[in-house]
Amino acid sequence: MKYLDEYRDAATARTYAEAIARITTRPWTIMEVCGGQTHAIVRFGIDTLLPPQISLLHGPGCPVCVTPLEVLDQAVSIASRPGVIFCSFGDMLRVPGSQRDLFQVKSDGGDVRIVYSPVDAVQIARENPEKEVVFLAVGFETTAPANAMAVHRAKEEGLSNFSVLVSHVLVPPAMEAILSSRHNRVQGFLAAGHVCTVMGYTEYEPLARRYHVPIVVTGFEPLDILQGIYLCVRQLEEGRAEVENQYSRSVQREGNQPAQELIRKVFTVVPRKWRGIGEIPASGLGLAPAYSVFDAARRFQVDSQHAEENPECISGLVLQGIKKPQECPAFGTKCTPMHPLGATMVSAEGACAAYYKYRRHETAPPSAPATTGGATP
Amino acid sequence: MTEEFVLQCPIPLDDNPTVQMGHGGGGRMTRDLVERIFLPAFSNDLLAPLHDGAILPPVGGRLAFTTDSFVVRPLFFRGGDLGTLAINGTVNDLAMCGARPLYLSAGFILEEGLPIKDLWRVVRSMADAALAAGVRVVTGDTKVVDKGHGDGIFINTAGVGVIETPLTIGPMSVRPGDVILLNGDIGRHGIAVMAEREGLEFESDIASDCAPLSGAVHALLEGGVEVHCLRDLTRGGLTSALVEISESANLPMRVDEEAVHVQDGVRGACEILGLEPFSVANEGRFIAFVPAKEAETARALLGSDASVIGSVEPPGDQPPFVRVRTALGTARILDLPSGEQLPRIC
Repeated sequence: MKYLDEYRDAATARTYAEAIARITTRPWTIMEVCGGQTHAIVRFGIDTLLPPQISLLHGPGCPVCVTPLEVLDQAVSIASRPGVIFCSFGDMLRVPGSQRDLFQVKSDGGDVRIVYSPVDAVQIARENPEKEVVFLAVGFETTAPANAMAVHRAKEEGLSNFSVLVSHVLVPPAMEAILSSRHNRVQGFLAAGHVCTVMGYTEYEPLARRYHVPIVVTGFEPLDILQGIYLCVRQLEEGRAEVENQYSRSVQREGNQPAQELIRKVFTVVPRKWRGIGEIPASGLGLAPAYSVFDAARRFQVDSQHAEENPECISGLVLQGIKKPQECPAFGTKCTPMHPLGATMVSAEGACAAYYKYRRHETAPPSAPATTGGATP
Repeated sequence: MTEEFVLQCPIPLDDNPTVQMGHGGGGRMTRDLVERIFLPAFSNDLLAPLHDGAILPPVGGRLAFTTDSFVVRPLFFRGGDLGTLAINGTVNDLAMCGARPLYLSAGFILEEGLPIKDLWRVVRSMADAALAAGVRVVTGDTKVVDKGHGDGIFINTAGVGVIETPLTIGPMSVRPGDVILLNGDIGRHGIAVMAEREGLEFESDIASDCAPLSGAVHALLEGGVEVHCLRDLTRGGLTSALVEISESANLPMRVDEEAVHVQDGVRGACEILGLEPFSVANEGRFIAFVPAKEAETARALLGSDASVIGSVEPPGDQPPFVRVRTALGTARILDLPSGEQLPRIC
């Protein structure tokens, strides 16, 4: 299949893996920022093709994982109200807040709907003028343009029954938080190709210089990731620290400027709490003053009470690349996708969930009973 | 199946264009529905007496008995509808027991306000599917629920079939060394229904694979293949079928990802939506576990779309995982999805 098979070719993958092994002379630790890349690495076993000196750490780039409990609680509170149609991307419905998830709200009679685009939620608002339609606007720079477009359209049309619950996050501040931590182990980054498709990569250049860290803008198919690792290792071995673009079939240095303009128009940069990590300054997007009337948190006056994370969960350390999922004593035992203790197990793209789904056999106890943890049919 | 049944609907639509509460009341309206919709469609001598139950002749063998309930939104999708699902689903469950499906019951729960022409269309599809599968609908029931308390039509079908083979077909018969055969490409039903339900438009027309499997199973058994286990791939897809059998048999398995055929349209849709083709629903696909020495015979009997996708391993010191060899030659395990597969954010 075009645009798919050529990026999953086994022979080319082996060639890249051999090339990486050839240029690697000592241990290197590389972090892929995006949950989509983590998912591909674990699903395709890309890490198992690499020489043992290369360690991959899985970064904080899973929007489902890093959405704070408080926002999930606000979503549940708004979605539970009569007269509300609550719209969300599918994978947010299963994420538990401190008490319930959106699926439970739905089963209790709440009108919770999965949409494929925020613009669909605007259409629902048009068709249901007597209802309040709320969209859960989460994600990185990737989803920000479409979410901005939805709010922008609602304003242009004067749709007073539409609002968004915003918890947008930005990649570069999170990378900087990791790099400036005294626990940092990351020596090179694979940046997220789709984020850079929107934003370009000029904002990564100062990071590469300041922290002397190579950053390779990388796609999501196995060969993209292998080539990204190759370019990153080559920089590390040569002592360079530059921003390189592996994903040139989609990414340009300046990015998608009309999309950036729309983001700047509708949103403003705000401090943002990241689930498992904590608050990072200037790391999120909130609605700009001209659009604040579309802020669902304000419209429904949901307070943001502090919610406690499970103390056994080490997802913050996993998201920062300090620990690997299997290093957690609760992994696969107390903590499974059916009963997640924290951020990185709740989403399909969370590092813990990916390891559970594809690699559980590597950590499974050598005993027969109580086999796999998944759902009963 | 595509004939102009709308025009042939035997209930005059001008009088009763929709299902009324009275159609479930047991009176004249109920009889009208039975005589003008169900009897003409399912016409057979076992149903004709309209007694409280059907009296079946002796069948000369062990019986397989199963039941399944069918709900789908929308009722009609590319490649099938609720009616074809309701017949083929139960036919296939019987076939997976190694049985030749014979008789089905059909219970309908209709929502008040359902257009009669939709009911007629579904019932005609059931009649066509029953004919194709060689089964007869011999007893039935109809209830009507208030508007808003159903989703158009819910159907339950139960079925009996006769087992004419001495083999015990099920997970308990799976042995290390068995090969796993799959009878065709996967994922079309789930994507076809999702496309219709969510109004997704793909460049290619993906049609459901909904089909009776009794013929294919009959071919294997008649061909003398020592079938150890059969499982149709429905909700949860190939993943659920393999993982469940692996757990029941307490044996690990290996599957070659590249041996599993997925149409380009389905692959594309799965990529866009963030779904795993292995876990997408099917309605006309099954896996068969047979001894390795019979693999080629079985594959030939199942036709050119069938392939050997993997094998059963000897028991190990770990829980019985299903390991997949990926296109890159690396390994991962298959895991049951936690619930419904959900489209991802990005």
